[in-house]
Amino acid sequence: MRFLRIKAIAKKELIQIWRDPLSLIIALLMPVIQLFIYGYAITFDVNNITTVVYDQDKSSLSRELVAQFKESGYFTLVAYVDNYDDIDAYLDSNRARVAITIPYDFSKKMRTGNPAHVEVIIDGSDSNTATIAEGYVAAISLRYAQRITTRTVLPVMDPRTRVWFNPELKSRNFIIPGLIAVIMSVVVALLTSLTVAREWERGTMEQLISTPVKPSELIIGKLAPYFAIGFMDMVLAVLVGVTLFGVPLRGDIVLLVVLSSVFLFGTVSFGVLISIIAKRSQSVASQIAILSTMLPAFLLSGFLFAISNMPKPLQVITYIFPARYFVTILKGVFLKGSTLTLLWKEGIMLAMAGAIVFFLAIRKLHKRID
Amino acid sequence: MRERITQMIVKEFIQTLRDRRRWMLLFGAPIIQLFLFGYVVTTDVNNISTALYDLDRSQESRELARRLEASGYFNVRYAPQSPGEIRDLIDRGEVLCAIQINRNFAKDLKRRIPTEIQVIVDGTDSNTAMVALSYVTKVIAKYAWEYAVNTVGTVLSPPDFRTRVWYNPDLKSRNYNVPGVIASIIMITCIMLTSMAIVREREVGTMEQLMVTPIRPVELMLGKTIPFAIIGLLDMFMVTVAGVLWFGITIKGSLLLLLMGTSVYLLSILGIGLFISTILKTQQQSLLATMFFNMPAMLLSGFMFPIENMPVIFQYITYLNPLRYFLVIIRGIFLKGNGFVVLWPQMAALFVLGTVIITISSFRFRKRLG
Repeated sequence: MRFLRIKAIAKKELIQIWRDPLSLIIALLMPVIQLFIYGYAITFDVNNITTVVYDQDKSSLSRELVAQFKESGYFTLVAYVDNYDDIDAYLDSNRARVAITIPYDFSKKMRTGNPAHVEVIIDGSDSNTATIAEGYVAAISLRYAQRITTRTVLPVMDPRTRVWFNPELKSRNFIIPGLIAVIMSVVVALLTSLTVAREWERGTMEQLISTPVKPSELIIGKLAPYFAIGFMDMVLAVLVGVTLFGVPLRGDIVLLVVLSSVFLFGTVSFGVLISIIAKRSQSVASQIAILSTMLPAFLLSGFLFAISNMPKPLQVITYIFPARYFVTILKGVFLKGSTLTLLWKEGIMLAMAGAIVFFLAIRKLHKRID
Repeated sequence: MRERITQMIVKEFIQTLRDRRRWMLLFGAPIIQLFLFGYVVTTDVNNISTALYDLDRSQESRELARRLEASGYFNVRYAPQSPGEIRDLIDRGEVLCAIQINRNFAKDLKRRIPTEIQVIVDGTDSNTAMVALSYVTKVIAKYAWEYAVNTVGTVLSPPDFRTRVWYNPDLKSRNYNVPGVIASIIMITCIMLTSMAIVREREVGTMEQLMVTPIRPVELMLGKTIPFAIIGLLDMFMVTVAGVLWFGITIKGSLLLLLMGTSVYLLSILGIGLFISTILKTQQQSLLATMFFNMPAMLLSGFMFPIENMPVIFQYITYLNPLRYFLVIIRGIFLKGNGFVVLWPQMAALFVLGTVIITISSFRFRKRLG
């Protein structure tokens, strides 16, 4: 293996990347845009739940109840209605998600010591929002009961909730660390797999093979520039995430960089492997890249959707994909400040995956040349 | 004119279906995506791994523990003996939720002194944490209420909240997500197919050959897009049938309306694909551009993240997103059985959006040919 030849290949590759600035721009812009959308636009938080109230009682007690809902900050009152048909209409057309009906005898019953039934209808289509809304309703009912029954002194259970690692439950903190894995998988695997396949498609690979370059040198030289692009994406994502979005980086930054490089090495090698398997077709290479790296990184890594919620066979499959280990590492280092003592298993899995893919790529390339 | 368009469509079908690998892309990839997304995209939270630190060991504290287990949401797996043990369990990710019942729980309840229940939740996954908190609150509130009713004959009785869930009574996220997955898959597949097919013709150089034939630009464009409209409808049919049969989702509304909605949706989707193809030169570029569009379009559509929780500026951006409208249509038809009366604004919006995009891209398309 000669460093000079590796350098020459890498230089050639860089020139080629430079000549197609559009792809490069997309490669660097995509992470930034995704960061902004995940950082600013979307959240799993649930507030502003649109609500209609059908207050049949119109008493001071019922108004107090409605006020409790409004003050909670979770419910936005859209309208007062005065029949059940309007509730149907509001829920059917998505103008409201929750409807609260307070019965005629609400205050009368409460004064005579009989429980009055307040009916809360929740639009369950979006089950997640509905579940959380149910919890809010329960909390508000508890608070209301405590408030109006102060005179009788009820036995009170007071749930004191504390949230660790992400006290404000910002979905941003949960998403952005894992997003780094997704961005690196998507951009790097896709770019790498396409450019090598293009070399085959255009026939310039034969020219390269006729030079004294050895397969391992060829692969390392090809890898290097994409490794650099992926590394830049990672640095960009960490910088934007920490400085702009205030995502806490509690762990060791050196550990983060080292483990990211290991993951990146595996991803780039995998891109080359795909392009060798895809046999001269960019569109096939891209399809394989999307199905084998992008979708798993997005869906099977625990980035957005908890692995423990998946069906068992699918949970087993997640172990094949390195993104799974990397997402665990990222979340651990960022939010929990985990050290190598907790993360060594994931680190070893990443290193092993990278090494296997790299040697497979060299062997496959050998075979193609012969 | 009809003759020439028919010829063009036939040519396009032959070209697209000749390559066996392309069948995989057309019909295999959507099915794989349906299964992956269908199983993974779930926000159901069950079996929350829980530690219960019961310092009181009274009948009341055991009753609370029993209720937590009976709710079906919590899986009490650990009974730690010290706060340090709790810390350790959460750090290692063994439990997501830890509940501590204080020493004087039962005594305080009997003396009607507010008694605290410590609830600690791992906030790394903010959504799961929020749902877990919501469940804890619900269970405690219910117990507190029943305890109060059974032990104290109250003068002023607190109201009883009866919650009912409409449209999706079991709160299964799959009923909400599978229609969303279908809508997204159609978008991902069709934009990529259209844009790559046209760019390939240009990259390979056969576009010039087509131009020397008597075919007119409009005919060429129609001939290029109509096959993909047909394939899009086929994909939609296939994915819907698979989703309904496999995941057991029911369609409450009219199938004809769904077909109508799909048609106007495809109009704008194909328009976007056409537009991408008019600005780019190579397949690699058009693939990257497609990804560049699809990612934000999926995130800013209400597919996984409710639109009303986004900042206002992003809410306005969603109005340009065809997926946004189609999600309302497909979910409305599947879950609520909405009719045209409710859904016409979405249909109209898609129609206008589609017409505008198609017009713009056909102008650009003609200019590039001329």
